[in-house]
Amino acid sequence: MESVDQLLQLIPYYDLLPEIIRAMMPAFVGCVIILAGLLLTILLLVWFERKVSAHIQDRLGPMEVGGWHGWAQTLADGLKLLLKEDIVLDTTDRTLFKMAPFIVFIGAFAAFVVLPFGASSIISDLNIGILYILALGSLAVVGIIMAGWASNNKYSLYGGMRAAAQIISYEIPAAIAIMTVIIPVGSLSMVEIVNAQQGGIQNWFIFRYPPLIFLAFVIYFIASLAEVNRTPFDIPEAESELVAGYHTEYTGIRFAIFFIAEYANMFMVAAVITTLFLGGWTSVGPTDSQVIPGPIVFYIKAVVLILAQMWIRWSLPRLRVDQLMYLSWKVLLPFSFALVLGVGWLAVYA
Amino acid sequence: MEVQYSGDVMTLNMGPQHPSTHGVLRLELKTDGEIVADAKPHIGYLHRCFEKHCENVDYPGVVPFTDRLDYCAAMNQELGYVLAVEKLMGIKINDRVRYLRVIMAELGRIASHLIAAGTYGNDIGTFTPFWWCFRDRETILDFFEETCGARLLYNYNWIGGLMHDVKPDFGKRVIEFIDYFEPQVDNLNKILSDNYIFIKRTANVGILKPEVAVSYGVTGPNLRGSGVAFDVRKDEPYLGYEEFDFDIAVGKGDYGPVGSCWDRYMVRIREVKECCKIIRQAVAKLPPGDVRETVPKRVKPPKGDVYMRTEAPRGELGYYIVSDGSPKPYRLKVKSPCFTAMSAFREVSRGVMIADLIAILGSFDIVLGEIDR
Repeated sequence: MESVDQLLQLIPYYDLLPEIIRAMMPAFVGCVIILAGLLLTILLLVWFERKVSAHIQDRLGPMEVGGWHGWAQTLADGLKLLLKEDIVLDTTDRTLFKMAPFIVFIGAFAAFVVLPFGASSIISDLNIGILYILALGSLAVVGIIMAGWASNNKYSLYGGMRAAAQIISYEIPAAIAIMTVIIPVGSLSMVEIVNAQQGGIQNWFIFRYPPLIFLAFVIYFIASLAEVNRTPFDIPEAESELVAGYHTEYTGIRFAIFFIAEYANMFMVAAVITTLFLGGWTSVGPTDSQVIPGPIVFYIKAVVLILAQMWIRWSLPRLRVDQLMYLSWKVLLPFSFALVLGVGWLAVYA
Repeated sequence: MEVQYSGDVMTLNMGPQHPSTHGVLRLELKTDGEIVADAKPHIGYLHRCFEKHCENVDYPGVVPFTDRLDYCAAMNQELGYVLAVEKLMGIKINDRVRYLRVIMAELGRIASHLIAAGTYGNDIGTFTPFWWCFRDRETILDFFEETCGARLLYNYNWIGGLMHDVKPDFGKRVIEFIDYFEPQVDNLNKILSDNYIFIKRTANVGILKPEVAVSYGVTGPNLRGSGVAFDVRKDEPYLGYEEFDFDIAVGKGDYGPVGSCWDRYMVRIREVKECCKIIRQAVAKLPPGDVRETVPKRVKPPKGDVYMRTEAPRGELGYYIVSDGSPKPYRLKVKSPCFTAMSAFREVSRGVMIADLIAILGSFDIVLGEIDR
C-alpha cells in the first residue's frame, strides 16, 4: 500500500485534491493495477494452458497469431468473444442470468485485495485475511447456482447443483488444512503469515513440523483443485456428461467472464498456497540477501503451481460425483482433522 | 449398488446433439437426481435408406455405400460385402489379394479400436489419450491414402479383387509402423487403462453378464468383454484366418466382475496387439500377383441368396443378399453389430448414475451410421 501512496505523490498538485478523494484514490488505483495485472496474467495462463496441453498431447498448439509461438492467440480469441452476439434466451430469468457471471468474477477478483505480492505490495492487510478469502470462495457458488438456475436448462441446473455441492464440501477440508498454518502463526493476517516464514527455505511452512504441514499442503492442493473446478474435479462442467454445465447457455463476453473467473480463481488458489505454505514473496535464501523483488518471486511460485494444476488436468480422468463426495468427507476431512490435532499438540508441547 | 428412488423423476433429453452420444443418438433419460431410472434410446437420426438404395444400384456400386455404414472402419465394412458377393458368384481370389485384404482389414481394426479407446477416455474426462490414439491412427490413414486415395471412405475392396496394388515398400513401412506402435499401446495403458481413477470409474460399472450378452445377440468386443471367446475369424474363418497365429482377446475381470466397462474397453486394447501379430505374419507371407486378376467384367450373380458374416471391429457384421439374376441385388440386409449392442444398452443402464451412463455408452463403442443405416 505504501508503494501505491508513493506513486500517487508523483501526481502534480495531489495534495490539493479534496480529502475524500485522496482517501479513495489508493484503493481505486490499487484495483486498477490488480485488474490490469490479473487480465495480463490470465492471457499468459490461457496461452500456457494451450501450449502445455498441446505438448502433452503431442501437438504444437497455437503457432500463428502474433508471430512467436502464437502468443497472441488468447488476445484474438478474447476479441472474437467480445464481438460475438450476446444471446439471452427468452426462457431465462434475465436479471439473474446477466448478473451471474459478474458475481462469479467478483468472487474471484475481490480475493486479490488481501494477497501479499511483496513486502509492501498489498492492497489491504486485513487482520482476517485468510478468512476473507475463504468467505469469497463461497460467493462464487452463489454465482454458479444463479447461472445454473437462471439458464432454465436442465444441464445447466445439474452443473450448478453439482458445483454447489462440490465447492461447499471441499471448503471444509481446505479450511481445516489452513488451520495447520494458522496455529503456529497465531494470526489470520496474510502479511503475518508470510513474516513468520522469513529467513530462508527451511522456514517455509511446507517444511515445518515434518511431515504434518506438508500433508496439509497436499490436502489443500487437492481441495483447491476441486474449488476451482479443475480436472479431476471438473464435474460441474463435465463436458462429456453435461455439455458445459452451468455455462452451457452463455455466449460471447458473458461466457468469457466465466472463463476469466476460472483462471483468476486458479491464480488465486495458487497465490494462497504460495502465501501459506511456500513462503509467499520470500526467496529461498535469508531475507537480507533477497535480490529478486518480492512480487516476482511470488509470481514465479504461483505460476509453477498453476503449471502443476495443468499437468494434472491433462493427465487424469474425471471422478464421479459420489467418488468426489467420498474423497472429501471420508478421506480428506478426517486426515486434515488429524493434522490439525498433530500440529496443535506439537505447537503447544514441543 | 441398491438404488433407491425418491420418486421425483425428471425427463432429460440427451442428444441427438450431445458431445458424448457418439453421433446422433438420442437418449430419453428418466433421472432421479443423479441417478438414471431408465434410459430409452431413440435411433434413426442418421437413417439413409441404405438397404433400399442398394436395390437400385448394381453390385459394384454398393461398395461405396457400405463404406458409409461404419465410417470408423470402412475397410472392414466393404470387405464383408465383397466377400458375400464373391461367395454368391463363386469367385476364387488369389493369395496376394487375400493377404492384402487381411492386412488392410487388421489395419482398419487397429484404427477403429484407437478411435474407440481414445473417445472412451474422452467420455471419462481425460483428453490426452484421445490425441495419442489419433496421432497413431493418422499413420494408418496415411497408408490407406497412399494406396487408394481416400482417408475415410475407401472403396478399396472390389468384387473379385482390389482397386490398386500397394506401393512397393508398403510391407516394410507397415512393419516399421507396427514396431513403433506396439510400445505406444503400453504408453496408452500407462496413462489410461491402468489409471486408478479410470479403473474406479469403469471396473464396476455396466456389468453385461455373459448369458445376458448371448441372449441379446451381442457380438464382437462387447461379447468378448463378457468373457465369451467368440470370434468369427476363429469360429468360421474367412480369408484364410485359420493360417494366422493369434489369440482371441477376452475380458478377464481384472478389477471387478467380468463384463464391466473396463473389460469391454480392455478387450479392444488387447485385440490391437493381436492385430499387430496378424499383420506381421501377413506381411511376411505376402506373395506377388495381380490384384485385379479375378475382377469380373460384369457382376451378374446367379439366382439365389447368400449370408456372409465377418468379424468387423464392432462385432459380427453379416450381409444377406438375395439375387434374382439381374445386375442389381434384389434385397440386401445388413446384420449390424452396433444395433444388437444398442439393444442390450437399456438393460445394463438402469439405476446407474449419469456419469456411468456415459461410461457404459462409450464402452459399447457404437457408430450410429451402422445402427441407422
